[in-house]
Amino acid sequence: MVEQLPRSKKIKTIIGEFGITIALLAEIALFSSLSPYFFTADNILNVTLQTSITAIIAAGMTFVIITAGIDLSVGAMVAFSGVIATSVLKLDLPFSISFPLALLAGLAVGIFSGSLAGLFVTRFNITPFIVTLSLMTIWRGSSYMYTDGRPIWGFPEEFSFLGSGRVFGIPIPTIIMICVYIVAYTILKHTKFGRYVYAVGGNKEAARLAGINVNRTLLSVYIISGVLSAISGILLASRMNSGQPNAGLMYEMDVIAAVVVGSTSLFGGRGTIVGTFLGAMLIGILRNGLNLLNVGSYVQMVVLGVVILFAVLLDQMRMK
Amino acid sequence: MQNIRKQYPGVLALSDVNFDLRAGEVHCLLGENGAGKSTLMKVLSGAIKKDSGVILIDGNEVDFHSPADSQKAGIGMIYQDFKLVPELSVAENILLGNEPTKGKSPFVDYKKMNDIARASLAQLGEEISPTAIISSLSVAKRQIVEIAKALSKKVRIIAMDEPSAALTENELKNLFAVIKKLKQDGVGIIYISHRLEEIFEIGDRLTVLRDGKFIHSCNVAESDRRSLVGWMVGRELEQEYPKIELKRGEEILRIENLNAGILKDINLNVYRGEILGFSGLVGAGRSELARIIFGADRKESGSIYLEGKEIYPKSPREAIDLGIGLLTEDRNKYGLIMQMNVRENISLSNLHDVVKGLFINRSKENSVADKFTNDLRIKTPSIEQEVKNLSGGNRQKVVLARWLFTKSKLLIFDEPTVGIDVGVKYEIYNLINQLAKDGIGVIVISSDLPELLGISDRVAVMCEGKLTGVLSRSEATQEKIMTLATGGNLETAHG
Ligand SMILES: Nc1ncnc2c1ncn2[C@@H]1O[C@H](COP(=O)(O)OP(=O)(O)OP(=O)(O)O)[C@@H](O)[C@H]1O
Ligand SMILES: [Mg+2]
Repeated sequence: MVEQLPRSKKIKTIIGEFGITIALLAEIALFSSLSPYFFTADNILNVTLQTSITAIIAAGMTFVIITAGIDLSVGAMVAFSGVIATSVLKLDLPFSISFPLALLAGLAVGIFSGSLAGLFVTRFNITPFIVTLSLMTIWRGSSYMYTDGRPIWGFPEEFSFLGSGRVFGIPIPTIIMICVYIVAYTILKHTKFGRYVYAVGGNKEAARLAGINVNRTLLSVYIISGVLSAISGILLASRMNSGQPNAGLMYEMDVIAAVVVGSTSLFGGRGTIVGTFLGAMLIGILRNGLNLLNVGSYVQMVVLGVVILFAVLLDQMRMK
Repeated sequence: MQNIRKQYPGVLALSDVNFDLRAGEVHCLLGENGAGKSTLMKVLSGAIKKDSGVILIDGNEVDFHSPADSQKAGIGMIYQDFKLVPELSVAENILLGNEPTKGKSPFVDYKKMNDIARASLAQLGEEISPTAIISSLSVAKRQIVEIAKALSKKVRIIAMDEPSAALTENELKNLFAVIKKLKQDGVGIIYISHRLEEIFEIGDRLTVLRDGKFIHSCNVAESDRRSLVGWMVGRELEQEYPKIELKRGEEILRIENLNAGILKDINLNVYRGEILGFSGLVGAGRSELARIIFGADRKESGSIYLEGKEIYPKSPREAIDLGIGLLTEDRNKYGLIMQMNVRENISLSNLHDVVKGLFINRSKENSVADKFTNDLRIKTPSIEQEVKNLSGGNRQKVVLARWLFTKSKLLIFDEPTVGIDVGVKYEIYNLINQLAKDGIGVIVISSDLPELLGISDRVAVMCEGKLTGVLSRSEATQEKIMTLATGGNLETAHG
């Protein structure tokens, strides 16, 4: 019964299977030939640093989207956790105390928001789109209210180490991003919880009847997304050395694009962390390359849209 | 249809199959799970593309690119996995794509639509409201809607892929009456079923496929059950219902005065080491009772005791932890995670047993999946195949494997052999016997009466939410069960 595939189908399958990788390599080759600076260690580290903020959020978003959900509140959460954390730094406390407090406060905000989203999605059965859309404006508004619309700054210098520092020459956000991806990959691929995330996204009722605690699984994915957004928010505040209420504007779009380009299905049940990582890099490198070539930001937007469309098209070939 | 060939990744689903249908005949298509029956029908309807071969209608070659094409040519199709839109009403589904409009305006004439739907349901002797939403209906009702949908159009050829799988005796009678009428009108009918007695009742000719190959074709009158099974499985099968003597152990489940929804005052005992069959018409409340024991739905009053201790399962998870398993009817909606592969679907309810520390132990999981794939002869290129690519019967086997792997004390099987071929049915009966022998309490809900009589130690019968009787193996007969299932009284019926 098992037979060799016809050759044309085989090629198609390969393109589909490694679609993003191929697109990524093509992109790298293109920019390397156009800009001598592009393929240098310096610039590569730079790209990972620039991409790390959205890439970290995208890891959490992958969990949410695999359950057939969505989290639109991530961008606002970046701002809110940032202003909360930096405001704690401004308290009249020694840095050794205010720093961990600031981190805790930022993360607590993420956990709280994620729990809230999870609660409304599970207990009250409201669609994730609406719940997180509301949370998005709630947190954005709260950030402006909390800061009176002005950035928070003038806290100890040491804080900027988190976002701008380097260890063995590697930017700290890059290191954190890699750690996040390793942990996320392991959870999704090798734990019971990860398996449940796929099952709930594939068929909620069948998952429940198979003995899976659907509500707990959904609650967890929104908390994961909230926490990772908060981590990104803290990193961004540290990098900018200020808590900006308008930070992370429209990040949700970049993040969702990265996840979808990474071939996670918006209908749920399918997706991988590796795919999301490649998707985030594809978009990050595109931004970086276009900047190096001095392409204007209006044109960049158009190019980005086109690339996302084609990346997803490429992915469709695998399904066929 | 000549020399039809269809290749899926890793599977040659049809290899040069020939099939012909005459006007006014019922041509039965038979074969094991995964033999390629559904694939052949999908090729005919244009739902999938064939790799090679030709289809001729009245001697003219046709080439359908979509089901819409074949519909125009007068080919109706009842798919094995329903193609109904769950959020729409019965009437909207039946007339999907053929909505009647008010005069020449673009507005849908809902009154007319409901009338047409009601009429085509009435042919089947059914009184389903045309405005009911599909997702609120039971599998059997949905199956009837699916049939009514195919009948609402003018057809010359109609292919029915396991239309009877979810039906009970009464509905089946109505379906056969409709088929006979279609025959008189000169419609050619292709009929697929794993219930062999149906073939002899309704079929004129038959064709058997095995592993995607044409095996045999003849008049139904020239064949018998034994030869049929032989062609299908490729070997002889001694008897259909292996029954072993079981020693009934102590009580495992007791239900007292249970009420919920349509269920009224249910009292029931189940013992270790016995197979309790559950019979009744569609809508009698058998699945509802099972779901309550399993914690999927809530009871209103009454008590459930497991091994003498009262239990209150509030979710399937709690029931599973207590040692109760339920194989649900409707594998596609309530059983499988379609995007997951065979391995993941089998281990899903009992990941606990394949976890080492924090992580899933893949080699252990693989060996579990391999074992069940072999034991149940699940036809799949590998355990990594997504279940949505499996044939109907093989999907059922995957869910079955999941519950066998949970190692429960009490297992409830709701229509376990729906869509499963004779050879594998036999193996499933053996497995169920083995479970009972190992001291597990087994409840089998089935609409297949001969099957229930063949495997049960006792048969409980339900009618409209009430338990109307429990018959021992020696007392139980088809007639008695039917009497109880339709609300009759045994004393008066036989006294
Ligand atoms: N989309 C698909 N991708 C890959 N393989 C497929 C796909 N659809 C069907 N197959 C394979 O083709 C073979 C024939 O399947 P088919 O559904 O025609 O079987 P069947 O005779 O209808 O069986 P059953 O009695 O179980 O319904 C099976 O081995 C099945 O696994
Ligand atoms: Mg089939």
